[in-house]
Amino acid sequence: METASTIDPAEVAKFEAMAAEWWNPHGKFKPLHQMNPCRLDYITTQIAAEFDRDLAAPLPFAGLRILDIGCGGGLLSEPMARLGATVVGADAAPRNIPVARLHAEQSGLVIDYRHTTAEDLAAAGEQFDAVLNMEVVEHVADPLAYLTACQRLLRPGGLMVCSTLNRNAKSFAMAIVGAEWVMRWLPKGTHDWRKFITPDELYALIRQAGLDPVDRKGMVFNPVAWSWSLSDRDLSCNYVTASVKRG
Amino acid sequence: MTQDADILIAGGGLNGPALALALAQAGLSVTVIDARPAPDRTEPGFDGRAYALAIASQRLLGMLGVWPAVGHRAQPILQIKASDGRAGERPAPFFLTFDHAEIEEGPMGFLLEDRFLYTAFRNAMAEDPRITLLSGETVVAQAVTATGASVTLASGASLSGKLLVGCDGRGSGTATRAGIGRSGWAYGQTALVTAIAHERPHHGIAHQYFMPAGPLAILPLPGNFSSIVWAEPDAQAAAIQALSDTDYLTALRPRFGDFLGDIALAGTRFTYPLSLSLANSFIAPRLALVGDAAHGVHPLAGQGLNLGLRDVAALAEVVTLAHRRGEDIGAPDVLNRYQHWRRFDATALALGMDAVNRLFSNDNPLLRLGRDLGLGAVNALPPLRRAFMRQAAGLTGDLPKLLQGKPI
Repeated sequence: METASTIDPAEVAKFEAMAAEWWNPHGKFKPLHQMNPCRLDYITTQIAAEFDRDLAAPLPFAGLRILDIGCGGGLLSEPMARLGATVVGADAAPRNIPVARLHAEQSGLVIDYRHTTAEDLAAAGEQFDAVLNMEVVEHVADPLAYLTACQRLLRPGGLMVCSTLNRNAKSFAMAIVGAEWVMRWLPKGTHDWRKFITPDELYALIRQAGLDPVDRKGMVFNPVAWSWSLSDRDLSCNYVTASVKRG
Repeated sequence: MTQDADILIAGGGLNGPALALALAQAGLSVTVIDARPAPDRTEPGFDGRAYALAIASQRLLGMLGVWPAVGHRAQPILQIKASDGRAGERPAPFFLTFDHAEIEEGPMGFLLEDRFLYTAFRNAMAEDPRITLLSGETVVAQAVTATGASVTLASGASLSGKLLVGCDGRGSGTATRAGIGRSGWAYGQTALVTAIAHERPHHGIAHQYFMPAGPLAILPLPGNFSSIVWAEPDAQAAAIQALSDTDYLTALRPRFGDFLGDIALAGTRFTYPLSLSLANSFIAPRLALVGDAAHGVHPLAGQGLNLGLRDVAALAEVVTLAHRRGEDIGAPDVLNRYQHWRRFDATALALGMDAVNRLFSNDNPLLRLGRDLGLGAVNALPPLRRAFMRQAAGLTGDLPKLLQGKPI
């Protein structure tokens, strides 16, 4: 693993600033920070259920190998490592990798961050107990090819958690007009609404990729409490699914 | 980096141990730094200091496993009577009466002596291997890094953890060292606190008399004893405190009344200056404030400890959930959730108590008439009365799980 000491000091300063930005709850990644507890609740509950782990026990995910695709600064990778999992964080944006590494090192966590893609990892024969595929599928050119790569990365009995945005008038209003144009939570152009996927379309794609969808929930923003929560019924905007690879 | 404990708690009073027990239940390791020396093995004697525990607080003690050790020592409050009064006169005709039979939750609260509660906390902490209690130690310096907080103790030792919690009272050193300012004022009143023995049984009734000089609370203890909290202007209080026991009782009698028969002093006489002291923030990097360190309130209606235990339950819930989802328990996201949950409630209650005291510590005849009518109106309207009772019992608002008697 590349360590911070082998990097040019000017680069380190830049990465430190970027790491601080990624982990600042009021900064550029505020929307991710706000959504993170809700996403983590879903991910941890699903993994615990699939692998029969007790979240109240110490290091409940010990022995599990987890891949975080589109890891960014490590907002999901670090919690998984803290829960005891062996974590690989992959990001297609090369500049995120040293930033995430630096923050993990500061946090005293060992995480294998790599500048790579799901397809390349699958081609290399990598295998995981769980693949976290959060807010990625709406950005890829070929969702089916991408989900198939995710399926190949799973061991038999493995679990994929996949979240994305529904495609309807409401999600257009919330994710594009609200989040990008009005609230400026996200840079304009972050999302292409035409690439959003309805829950039924996603279930169909997941099945075509060779996985069995087992659960789906909405992630709903409550503007009064100013926080996100999971919903059994409201999948109208953000939603998250769990699928297993039958052994 | 290895740390001495997940959480460091400065202050070993009541909130500190309660929080330590709640966090240890979540599997976290906790070190409590207590200025008081380690206790000897003798059971502390009766000194009259007692707390009025709201039902929600009693539920929390139950969830922490402390209630079984103290429940049999507690006096249930079955009724609360509030009235406007002047020394030597009969109470105003519009009594405000709250009876526990009107709400389904059982008694309205419990009176519990400090010595029993404190001892039960110490014993429970000693039994939990995840809790380390450092007695006779104080924090003299603190520092924050990207991943944790560290403290230096008066003995020169230093400790580190992921999160530091200040349970060190209204003069909170942890808050001051973190650069957190405070807002507030003194009321110009001092509370005289002691225990009284009386001839006749109190039948579990608590009384709150709103006197022009300041409120007098008579709170039932087990047997024919009551705890009193008697507020007077500072100078008056100092003069009363300087009196002999006989003269002290002579000053108290016209205020206390004769409804419980003859009275005698039964406990040590304490004084507490009354002031409001709110921390301008309840959090700082790697630091959370709990109880009086966050909000020292007017002790009217005994809400200080109850408010502190609300902080304890909220912080324990926020930290436990963060820990279970693998978050960094001292991260700003996590601490923001605690502040967001508690700050409005605590500030509103502190200012509410302040307003009530200002309204009632007054001898203006128009105000007197107005508030007597107000108390009468509340008394005449059962739904309003029940709402007041649930508020006093700590059963309103966005209640943390432990205060509902549920596990996190």
